[in-house]
Amino acid sequence: MTAMCDVAFLLLSFFVMTATAKQPEPKPVDTPVSTVIDKLPEEGVATITIGDKQVFFTLPRAVREGTLQRISKKYNVPFTAEEYKKFVGMDGFGVPLNQLKGLLALSIADRNKPNVQKGIPYDSINDQLSDWVKEAREAEKEVLDERIAAGDKDVKYKDLDIAIKGDAKEDYPTVKRVIDILQKQKKNKFFLVTGLRNEDF
Amino acid sequence: MAELNTGGDGGKGGKVRSKKSNPGVDLTAMVDLAFLLITFFMLTTTLSKPQSMPLAMPDKNQEDQPKDNLPVPERRMMTILIGKDNKLLWYMGKFEAPIVPPTEAAYGKNSIRKDIIKNTAIAKADTDKPDEGLIVNIKASDVANYRNLIDILDEMAINKVQLYAIGDITPAEIDLLKKTGLY
Repeated sequence: MTAMCDVAFLLLSFFVMTATAKQPEPKPVDTPVSTVIDKLPEEGVATITIGDKQVFFTLPRAVREGTLQRISKKYNVPFTAEEYKKFVGMDGFGVPLNQLKGLLALSIADRNKPNVQKGIPYDSINDQLSDWVKEAREAEKEVLDERIAAGDKDVKYKDLDIAIKGDAKEDYPTVKRVIDILQKQKKNKFFLVTGLRNEDF
Repeated sequence: MAELNTGGDGGKGGKVRSKKSNPGVDLTAMVDLAFLLITFFMLTTTLSKPQSMPLAMPDKNQEDQPKDNLPVPERRMMTILIGKDNKLLWYMGKFEAPIVPPTEAAYGKNSIRKDIIKNTAIAKADTDKPDEGLIVNIKASDVANYRNLIDILDEMAINKVQLYAIGDITPAEIDLLKKTGLY
């Protein structure tokens, strides 16, 4: 009994430690289901979430700072060191750039309240999504270049993986528009996030 | 480990679990709970990883297009038009002169999958190379939703269609959808 109890608690501690708490998302979406059982790569994937015609962007942690620096330079919007820190800690976001400062000032709980974030503009006049994706890819390249220059032999150059996480009920034109944005910058390969199909299809 | 040393071996009360006959603390409930939690964490950690479907789109840039395009045999070419209300329309060959005329279908194993299997047979009959099969062009209209697109892409994966791509719908095809009441 003692041995079993020990093993049970050892395993329990292991699973509790390895389990990652689900991060609150600004836009919870109901992804469509498929029979494909490939898993999404765990790290280094930027996710574009689409729901209710709104678009949200989640960057991998490693490139967050670099991406914001580039965006800040491009749009000429300076951010303080404190804001950079908060941006690195923030998972997904969906606000136009001029509201990003305001969003960073909010508490984590307030950020994910409904109607606080209304999506990144992605129309042809004000295509901020395209810039975010582009700068994230550039930032990823920079991070990898640095690691290669530092003599890290295990690093291979690869483009930033992009995943599209669309709501099942989303209209096709909205998804198409996002795909077009990616294709315009020659990003022709990406992932579509799906759930596991349970019912007999 | 978890036994209370009560001194003396009365042997009464509780279940006697060790050779020593002192009453031990009953661990059964605790272990039950521990295993329950283990099961919970094991299942949730593996199930929460999202699935993903890799998608490669054809290159759009004009200057990158190959000069010598290989003509696609009509008999291997299937076009799927996604309309509204979870319905779709498919035809084989060219739009102007289809080999199999536009046919309405629904999603799932009893409708579109049977058609794809049938069309794969037509395509296979046309070629003698074993690795050549059906080529599917998926064209979603503006009234389609994202789930429809994923369902069709899933169908491509299920049927192991050799080549498929997502294309842009033409006005003539939209008219066809309108005529059949799917737009």
